[in-house]
Amino acid sequence: MASTLTFPKGGVHPPESKELTENLPIEVMPLPAELDLILGQHIGAPCTPTVAKRAVVAEGDLIAEVKKGLGVPLHAPVSGTVKAIGVSAHPLRVTTPSITLSVDREAGAKQWTMVDWQQMSAQDLLQKVHDAGIVGIGGAGFPTHVKLKPPADTPIDTLLLNGAECEPYITADHRSMVEKAEQIVTGARILAKILAVDTCYIGIENNKPEAIKAMTEAARAAGGGGCQVTVVVLQVKYPQGSEKQLIQAITGRKVPAMALPSAVGVVVQNVSTARAVYEAVTLNKPLLEKVVTISGRGIRRPANLLVKIGTRVSDIADYCGGTTGDLAKVVLGGPMMGFAISTLDVPVTKTTSSVLFLTEAEIDTRSMSACIRCGWCLEACPMGLEPKEIGIYVEAGLAEKTEPFGVFECFECGSCAYVCPAKRPLVQFVRLAKMKAKRS
Amino acid sequence: MAIEPKVTKDQAPAVAAMWHVSVSPHVRSPESVQKIMWTVVACLVPPLVLSIFIFGIQVLLITAVSVISCMAVEAICQKALGKPVTVSDGSAALTGMLMAFVIPPGVSSLIPVLGAVMAIFIGKHLLGGIGYNIFNPALLGRAFLLATFPVAMTSAWLPPLTDGAIFSYFASGVDAVSTATPLAVMKEQGMAAFREMFGNPGDVYGTFFLGWRPGCIGETSGLLIVLGGLYLMYRRYITWHIPVSLLGTIAVLTWIFGGETLFTGDPLLAVLTGGALLGAFFMATDYVTSPTTRAAQVAFGAGIGALTVLIRLKGGYPEGICYAILLMNPMSPVLDGWFKPKRFAPPAGGEK
Repeated sequence: MASTLTFPKGGVHPPESKELTENLPIEVMPLPAELDLILGQHIGAPCTPTVAKRAVVAEGDLIAEVKKGLGVPLHAPVSGTVKAIGVSAHPLRVTTPSITLSVDREAGAKQWTMVDWQQMSAQDLLQKVHDAGIVGIGGAGFPTHVKLKPPADTPIDTLLLNGAECEPYITADHRSMVEKAEQIVTGARILAKILAVDTCYIGIENNKPEAIKAMTEAARAAGGGGCQVTVVVLQVKYPQGSEKQLIQAITGRKVPAMALPSAVGVVVQNVSTARAVYEAVTLNKPLLEKVVTISGRGIRRPANLLVKIGTRVSDIADYCGGTTGDLAKVVLGGPMMGFAISTLDVPVTKTTSSVLFLTEAEIDTRSMSACIRCGWCLEACPMGLEPKEIGIYVEAGLAEKTEPFGVFECFECGSCAYVCPAKRPLVQFVRLAKMKAKRS
Repeated sequence: MAIEPKVTKDQAPAVAAMWHVSVSPHVRSPESVQKIMWTVVACLVPPLVLSIFIFGIQVLLITAVSVISCMAVEAICQKALGKPVTVSDGSAALTGMLMAFVIPPGVSSLIPVLGAVMAIFIGKHLLGGIGYNIFNPALLGRAFLLATFPVAMTSAWLPPLTDGAIFSYFASGVDAVSTATPLAVMKEQGMAAFREMFGNPGDVYGTFFLGWRPGCIGETSGLLIVLGGLYLMYRRYITWHIPVSLLGTIAVLTWIFGGETLFTGDPLLAVLTGGALLGAFFMATDYVTSPTTRAAQVAFGAGIGALTVLIRLKGGYPEGICYAILLMNPMSPVLDGWFKPKRFAPPAGGEK
């Protein structure tokens, strides 16, 4: 299944480490005792609770919504009681407002009834996507309904489904594609109908032959029906899953800097987001749970788990047999772009695609030294930026002068820092530069 | 709606002290500055061993003195300047090795000690330390020695040994056996003298390529230098851009201007003599003092090649590559500014 399709400039090949979980079927994690639902699940405005303390809620009930600004509602992933409206641990902000639910284990799973989506108008479908609280599951967490409503003056002709899953370790999308291919393809057709496009490509890297096979068969079985769904096999290269790189790899179009994919007529959605759309539309089921890869050599039993949103990492670690003695770092998200956490009390959110328990051997804690101007970061940068200059300028206290090196075009994929032989924290330099350049 | 904290202060989630909580990416490539530097040093060992066989055991002595004094000066400088001591990263050892390689084999073994002070203390640490030095430290050391000990640095050449008696020079005096390098003979005495001393150019390509000719310690064996350079390319530590554009420019310009009339120069001899190959693969490719984008590297190599030929043909020295590289070193940031990496897509409009 060799393919030469990829983005032409930059990129790196970190060890994949997918073998830990790629053949493990998605497993439903039993309900924990409590869930912590963070009110700011995604980019945009945080939700406001619509329930009070001690309120009894059923699975799928609305518990928080966004009145103003960009956002999506939040639903109770399980039946239970609102134990507290307080704060929870957060990977970035230390603590964040949240709703804590005591899970009612007696309630049993809710039965969702199937409806015929073909009869619905694009407008109704879009409303359902919004009402289900769907955001980009791949990690960025942009509210999906907003992406599906591009400005009227930018015609969309192509829908791209992102099944690249280029981050090492993570196999959540892979397993979803293998096990739920039909649902993803149906989700794609719903998205195509909302966008009124008849072309849909699903990009998958060629290290996932099983997923390619399952998705190709599902696309063939679905037939035309208004939208031609085609699976496109891509070369393995990080960061293929980045929107701009994926669009270039599949369509050859280049999204200009500071522009959205809609500028070149494309909308990109993650394959698991498509599946969430399928459930939202055909089952009226809000986004309550997601497949999370639990991996790394620091967890006793790696797994692909279907967990309720709000499940604490500590409960997941317990369910997976606990951590090993040489655990050195816990990361939410992939090893290239994820965030290290300092406590296992952090809950899973709508954008958590993996929890990695990494050992000393898997991470690299060597300290940084001076830039030796080897230029490897320039070769690795998929955006054609100059990370070494940004780093040197930030170190010299000239962060606000880094714009000519493209600091605002950087999407922090980490390719530069990955290859840097001097182990310089180039992504962190970019973040500092962005902060200071914006302030000045 | 009352916000009540879920955890009180003393119950707050304990930060696990044994964990690393650092910024992404959490995985990094196994390459390091240390690995690169020591690999380059290792690539210089075969030419060194051959040089010992060609010129005698004192070559090893000079090289050892050069490497040790460079490392010692680095450690002393960093201690004195209050910086972390990074001798183990191999960059000082590499400088010492390269500086020995561009010294004639018949010099006093005290000479590299003085070169080390110039190269590491002034050329490297007073100019900002690793990553910030403008000039290639090893070549700066050589240029300093050439200015301060002009006689030793231009006359202590040894003819290659023929009988394999590598210890012979310890007994005999250096002056007694000193000779001239091929480039010096060509420049000062002309092609006729060259033919008389070394044979017809066509006949000497092989012996020159293998290293059997007078010259600096590490520059004579084209074969082993090219093999080392190719290994560095295989490891992706260097790319073809600088060596190819540099050697190509030397060959073309020598072919055009290097003969009695236009287009009669010998491009192959120009590449095989002097330090052209060593300079192209190991000196001009120094990360710190060469440009970083590929286009800039091609221009950089071509600039060095042109300056080398200019100095060889019109300048005061028979050998030009050392000064050519030093002259182009400060051009690196300028070239990087001219040849910027190609951005993914321009901010406004953009091609579809």
